[in-house]
Amino acid sequence: MRVGHAAWAFATPALLVIGVFFFVPVLAALIVSLTDFDLYALADIRNLRFVGLDNYRHLLHTPDFWRAVANTGYFVAVGVPLSLAASLASALLVNSRLAYFTAFFRTVFFAPVVTTLVAVAVVWRYLLHTRYGLLNYALAHIGIHPIDWLGDPHWALPAIILFAVWKNFGYNMVIFLAALQSIPADLYEAARLDGAGLWQEFRRITLPMLRPTLLLVSILTVAGYFQLFAEPYVMTQGGPLQSTVSVLYFMYEEGFKWWNLGSASAVAFLLFLMILAVTALQLRLARDAEAS
Amino acid sequence: MSTTGARVLLHTLLLGAAVLTLFPLLWMLSVSFMAGGEASAFPPPLLPGHGTLANYRQLFAQQNIGRYLTNSLWLAALTTLLSLLFNSLAGYAFAKLRFRGREPILKVLLAALVIPSQVAMLPLFLMMKWLGLVNTYAAVVVPAMAGIFGVFLVRQYALTIPDELLEAARIDGAGEMRIFVSIMLPALRPILVTLGVFTFLGSWNDFMWPLIVLTDQDLYTLPIALAQLSREHVPDNELMMAGAVLTVLPVLVLFLSLQRYYIRGILMGSVKG
Repeated sequence: MRVGHAAWAFATPALLVIGVFFFVPVLAALIVSLTDFDLYALADIRNLRFVGLDNYRHLLHTPDFWRAVANTGYFVAVGVPLSLAASLASALLVNSRLAYFTAFFRTVFFAPVVTTLVAVAVVWRYLLHTRYGLLNYALAHIGIHPIDWLGDPHWALPAIILFAVWKNFGYNMVIFLAALQSIPADLYEAARLDGAGLWQEFRRITLPMLRPTLLLVSILTVAGYFQLFAEPYVMTQGGPLQSTVSVLYFMYEEGFKWWNLGSASAVAFLLFLMILAVTALQLRLARDAEAS
Repeated sequence: MSTTGARVLLHTLLLGAAVLTLFPLLWMLSVSFMAGGEASAFPPPLLPGHGTLANYRQLFAQQNIGRYLTNSLWLAALTTLLSLLFNSLAGYAFAKLRFRGREPILKVLLAALVIPSQVAMLPLFLMMKWLGLVNTYAAVVVPAMAGIFGVFLVRQYALTIPDELLEAARIDGAGEMRIFVSIMLPALRPILVTLGVFTFLGSWNDFMWPLIVLTDQDLYTLPIALAQLSREHVPDNELMMAGAVLTVLPVLVLFLSLQRYYIRGILMGSVKG
């Protein structure tokens, strides 16, 4: 009994914080998303009205919202595979039996992960500068004309993807590295005795053994990439021509620029639903691949 | 291909990737020492003609960056300390102490890990407003004092500590608080360092929430100040790079010195979370 009391005393502070500042707001968000909470309600709560699913209905008829969904979808669909490919490739290189200085390379590849996003976004904005940026300077050497990376609606999102891959690939690399190191060495030895080449080793041993890790990492990365916000905030302010407005950026403007908190809460829930749906799809695909 | 050939190819690739990865950071450092306007030239200069600290001086003298540095430092330190206390107490309780409701609560917490924190953000803002905490550090620190990830991180580690240790102390008549402080805390030390580094970096780098609740300029953290500065001073590349260096350097140094602990956190979080 004494232990039970102590346990509650130990767990309560953290549970209170998590309950009051996470669970309550999440439930409140669901309720707020069903109201017309706006600047008037902020001034006087008596102006608040329950509107049912109107916010959701209205959003689904707002072209700018769909634009944000499409942009975010593009960012996830292109950014996640590129990111994972870079992570896996660097993990394979670092994990090679022939590699020297592996600790050094691992640290270098990981460094961008811990840097402050806002700060390195500022650096990249400069790297991507049309006239003085080093990227265009380097591209000029191979005969490519200057690209207005952040000023051209076709290039702004790809530029942000490039930046995100650079910033994030080290994180998953560390997870892949741990998974690679847990693959028994005798599997490779057996394959080598059978005369398998590097590519066959990769296809027949590495990839199948990495499957659970790949699934986990892709689920986590997809969820993370759906939450795109600071990159467009610092680098493009959503522009040019709304081409980099993400769902969260849309939510931020809806909520804290226009103070449509009801509608913004609905955006937050729709984002959550999108993440859940894609996660479910990934699990489903993984199960099908397992079965076949 | 011979082993030597393979080795050369491998290291060429590794080195190439390392140069590409480090380049933006090294260039940031180099440009931060250039004179005003020097970096706005074509072709872009790689190294400063005459290294100068003018940008740093201007940041401290005119842009108040010292204040933002202090703000960031003390916010991150306070958040880290408080969250270590709250999360370690709860993580230990969930791992080692039997109490009614433990398993269902764990299940709910685990399930809630899938909810993105931004879902809570708008009502959290309203809450802070009603509590009168908007534009105070409490609005940043208080919600971060405990987290599901932190509780689970400590719990996973505490599970590996043998029960006999605790039983022995209990038989000796030690109180629960005493057991926590003199037996659990030392045993949890490695995971507390991990959690501490995670929390400190997370708090230092955090952007969206502080941007929302801290609108008074004197309260800005470094990332917020830098974002604001970059919106006002778009052409001042050298100045911006100096600001970026000041923002990134502390966390890079912290990471380099405690790398082992940080990486362990990632692996525990991804394998078992």
